Amino acid sequence: MTVMRTPLIQFDQVFKSFGGKSVLQGVDLEIFAGETTTIIGKSGIGKSVLLKHIIGLLAPDSGRVLFDGRPLAQMSGSQLRAIKTQCSYMFQNSALFDSLTVFENIALPLKERRLAKGAGLSARVRSTMAQLDIAEIENNYPAQLSGGMKKRVALARALVTEPSIVLFDEPTTGLDPVRKNAVHRMIAEHQHRFGFTGIMVSHEIPDVFHISQRIAMLEGGRIIFQGACRELQTSQHPAIRAFIDNTAVKERIA
Amino acid sequence: MTGKLMDLLRYGCSMAAAVGGRMLALNRGMGRWALFFADGLRHIFTWPWQGDKILQQIYFIGYKSMPIVLLTSAFTGMVLGLQGYYTLVKFGSEGMLGAAVALSIIREMGPVFTAIMVVARAGSAMAAEIGVMRISEQIDALETMDILPVRYLFSPRLAAALVSIPLLTAIFDVVGILGGYVTGSLLLGISPGTYFARVESSVELHDVFGGFLKAANFAIMVVTICCYHGFYTHLRSDGFGARGVGMSTTSAVVTSCVVVLIADYILTSFLI
Repeated sequence: MTVMRTPLIQFDQVFKSFGGKSVLQGVDLEIFAGETTTIIGKSGIGKSVLLKHIIGLLAPDSGRVLFDGRPLAQMSGSQLRAIKTQCSYMFQNSALFDSLTVFENIALPLKERRLAKGAGLSARVRSTMAQLDIAEIENNYPAQLSGGMKKRVALARALVTEPSIVLFDEPTTGLDPVRKNAVHRMIAEHQHRFGFTGIMVSHEIPDVFHISQRIAMLEGGRIIFQGACRELQTSQHPAIRAFIDNTAVKERIA
Repeated sequence: MTGKLMDLLRYGCSMAAAVGGRMLALNRGMGRWALFFADGLRHIFTWPWQGDKILQQIYFIGYKSMPIVLLTSAFTGMVLGLQGYYTLVKFGSEGMLGAAVALSIIREMGPVFTAIMVVARAGSAMAAEIGVMRISEQIDALETMDILPVRYLFSPRLAAALVSIPLLTAIFDVVGILGGYVTGSLLLGISPGTYFARVESSVELHDVFGGFLKAANFAIMVVTICCYHGFYTHLRSDGFGARGVGMSTTSAVVTSCVVVLIADYILTSFLI
């Protein structure tokens, strides 16, 4: 007997345009609780735009984004804030506060949302920093860090509040293969440990197959595939095959 | 003939559409500005109170602006003393110099020059800092962390300006009057007793109150304009990225200075 699961987040015919350029053209997507779902697709196709709809940074022109079956557009301010408090977002360019030190960056969400204070706050920040191996740079400013370090600080800031939903916007872009694997491993470990729902935008295949339970592929403004990694790998859809094969060639050359 | 008339009509219509578009954009901008200000003002008083951030901004806007305010006020007072003396001496009224300097500074120059100095030193920095935060997604990051960006970035600056600018104006007034004394009495020979007696007899509480009222109004205007331009850098149509931040900073400074001068005239009309 097949058990029907209710998605935690659902996109229902979502359309979004910018200045006459149509980016999302009827996206249908389901994201389930406790799993890591990775959205793959070519660069500039609208993956980050899709992600920003989940956290309310962008609103659809038409269609609905549902959270636990309820449309975000019909929720009150306090209901939306309650959802936001469950989420963390790791930006593609890290988006660290450049006038704050690494420690202050990681502590900011805890301090501003009054989740911890004093010694408890310091202990929690230092524990997260230790897990991500960035303890020695706590007094540095973002401008003094390498790209890989910035990514780890951004990851620490995203995880320090122990969110139940974490959105990763290309968390490994610009990293060398060793650092890339380290970040993927950290995400997988934290997901396993805390059981959060991970939603990741990436084009790092096949790497993301190892840390994702589900894959969705965005092509031409629509989701042309969503399902298990194994199903994607065996799919004969021409666009999917072209994407996987091209990426595999690039990986081999690299 | 009909063709020429049609061309003229088409030209007229396109002109009207362009003017209408501009007016609508201006209207939208004013509305957004008013909402931005109302939101920022409201969040000064919402719990948890941001006392530490307000103190930091008082240090930045108020304390760090003191050297430039001291310098400009001293020389403004001195040049007023100089010009005032040579004008009044023609009428044999050089004894009125204290009154002329004090009233000019307390009523007009103190609040206006202080506001312009704060715009130049702190307002431009606010617009640039917030603009960079906007283009590098730091403001989006605040939103995703459920930290209200207007409350976090604008409210402490607004509260700090409301405290700092009237205090800086008071310092400007005192130093400016002393500057007039330096040229009028020490250099040009008016009796110090006459100078300060005229200051004391001519300045009324109404003048001081009017000056502070102007200073508080200018504080609201300049900080709101500067933070607004930085906050909405991404909505500019005439520049993106670093160029957009530069344009926002320039617009913030120019708009603030122009608005201060216009508001000064309007407030003076009511206060005089």
